[in-house]
Amino acid sequence: MIGRKRSRVELEFQALKVREHIIRMATDGGCFIGASLSCTDLLVYLYNCVLKISPETIRDPARDYFLLSKGHAVPAFYGVLVENGFFPAERLGAHLSVNDRIYWHPNTNIPGVEFHAGSLGHLLSVAAGVAMDIKLQRGENNVFVLLGDGELNEGSVWEAALTASAKELANLIVIIDRNSFQANIETERLIPLEPLENKWRAFRWNVFSTDGHSFDEMERTFSIALRQRGPTAIVAHTVRGKGLPSIERRADRWFANFTHTERDQLLRELHGSKQAELGSESLIVR
Amino acid sequence: MTYEDMLVQIVQSDDRVIVMTAENRAAIRALQERIGNRCIDVGIAEQTMIGMATGLALRGRIPIVHALAAFLTMRAFEFIRTDVGIGRLPVKLIGAVPGLLSEANGPTHQALEDISLLRGIPGMNVFCPADLDDLVMSLPTIVRDPNPWYIRYPSGQGMFKHERFIPGRAEVFGEGTDVAILTYGHLVREALDAAARLRERGYAARVIHVRTIKPLDTEVVLSCALSCGIVAIVEDHFLTGGLTSAVSELLTERKVTVRTVPLAFRERWFHPALLPTVLEHEGFTGEQIANQICRELQRDEEWFNAPFPNSVGIAPIL
Repeated sequence: MIGRKRSRVELEFQALKVREHIIRMATDGGCFIGASLSCTDLLVYLYNCVLKISPETIRDPARDYFLLSKGHAVPAFYGVLVENGFFPAERLGAHLSVNDRIYWHPNTNIPGVEFHAGSLGHLLSVAAGVAMDIKLQRGENNVFVLLGDGELNEGSVWEAALTASAKELANLIVIIDRNSFQANIETERLIPLEPLENKWRAFRWNVFSTDGHSFDEMERTFSIALRQRGPTAIVAHTVRGKGLPSIERRADRWFANFTHTERDQLLRELHGSKQAELGSESLIVR
Repeated sequence: MTYEDMLVQIVQSDDRVIVMTAENRAAIRALQERIGNRCIDVGIAEQTMIGMATGLALRGRIPIVHALAAFLTMRAFEFIRTDVGIGRLPVKLIGAVPGLLSEANGPTHQALEDISLLRGIPGMNVFCPADLDDLVMSLPTIVRDPNPWYIRYPSGQGMFKHERFIPGRAEVFGEGTDVAILTYGHLVREALDAAARLRERGYAARVIHVRTIKPLDTEVVLSCALSCGIVAIVEDHFLTGGLTSAVSELLTERKVTVRTVPLAFRERWFHPALLPTVLEHEGFTGEQIANQICRELQRDEEWFNAPFPNSVGIAPIL
């Protein structure tokens, strides 16, 4: 399980490749770039070091399940699926085209996607249903679900959290992408979530915190967290827009639609060149 | 066989079936004891219940979800539409105390738009059994069907021996051509009573228990429209979106016109009281239904017997 297959350098290299995919999708119509970049390292870590799933086992009942509840982070999800061989990178070139089904939220036409998402607050309860069946079948596999922190505004998340602990779903692991922003504003300035860890603890979940950009720290956290009988919540502290200093921690860069010139500058910025000069409109969405 | 007995039988004969509820145990009091962990009570949490039913269905289960119609279809509507609907998953939703059956609970508990909401979801089927026998005999077919279903939980034991359940096939009583009364659920009883009273007054009526509003028995509905003078549609639902709408959609599509008497709720909830009182107060007893239809039939006679210019075929504004 933990630490399987890849070295830290390899993980960092894959994360760079995924971020390149995300930047390429942030043009000609754009995508939810800020929310994708914050969970990129988490997804790279999960798919390389934690999840018992591969392109060959996507229908195996004994696989681990991963559900992306913050569906708008789909560019990061697809990027990770591509880099791990679930489907070819060329399909990402059809982003927003009617020739494929690569659009702003995930759907099951894409290999490796367990269930569609987009409406926030849904997939924790869906994950609980999957976990419940595995429990009834006495399976060994785990169910992971990634929630956004803004998503925690939804009452259905807390309803499901209450039920999951009541039903003792030991195989259910929630990961919260704590980038401290919701769509257009910092979470603490709109609907404060702190003390976040204590809220989950009060719902009778095991709770862990980690740095969602440090593979070493994720390794330490997950190796302890996955030894617990869940349900378990892991709060991953992250940075919106991580990897591109010109858009990091920016309220207005949740969604972006860059020009091709800006895209090329951002790709160079990702690899350490000077910051891109962004003239594209900053978008307030929703 | 009771509803609970049938659920036990289905669970025992099919490993895939799970029964879920949001603590609505009136109709399934002993179920948890009888089937153990194959009955999941999530507490008063309809959204979580539908989300979990979705997750269970993704693992190959067939969840039968039993909860109060108003909260199942409205509190959890977006979960039904987004998770069960988009996923086209074989989740069977059973809404208890729908329509007038919520009796004295008040408007918070009145599901008068459940059929409208659920019917609008692509791939969703809607069944409104006349009585518990009708529900119990139909459940095995519905569980075997790979599609999602919404079922209005009925009240009362059998009022007659039902035909074999086939989705999209109505039950037809009588061959009268003066009026066809289209209805569903417990109002079938009142419609049959109305037909008997009309017969006493010299009018030949037929009663159609549509059974599945979706898929609708288009053949039977069209033949009523083409061969009966009046089509009455009686439903404990808002006029918007229910059977009246479904029939109107069909007739519009097939370019068929017919005189109708729709009896449904317009822009208001019903006065909360026990069922017999509500039926009387809201005009849904057999006698009141017969009176409404008679009024329309007599207007028909007046119109045809009236002197020029009414007789040239311009329909009066009724």
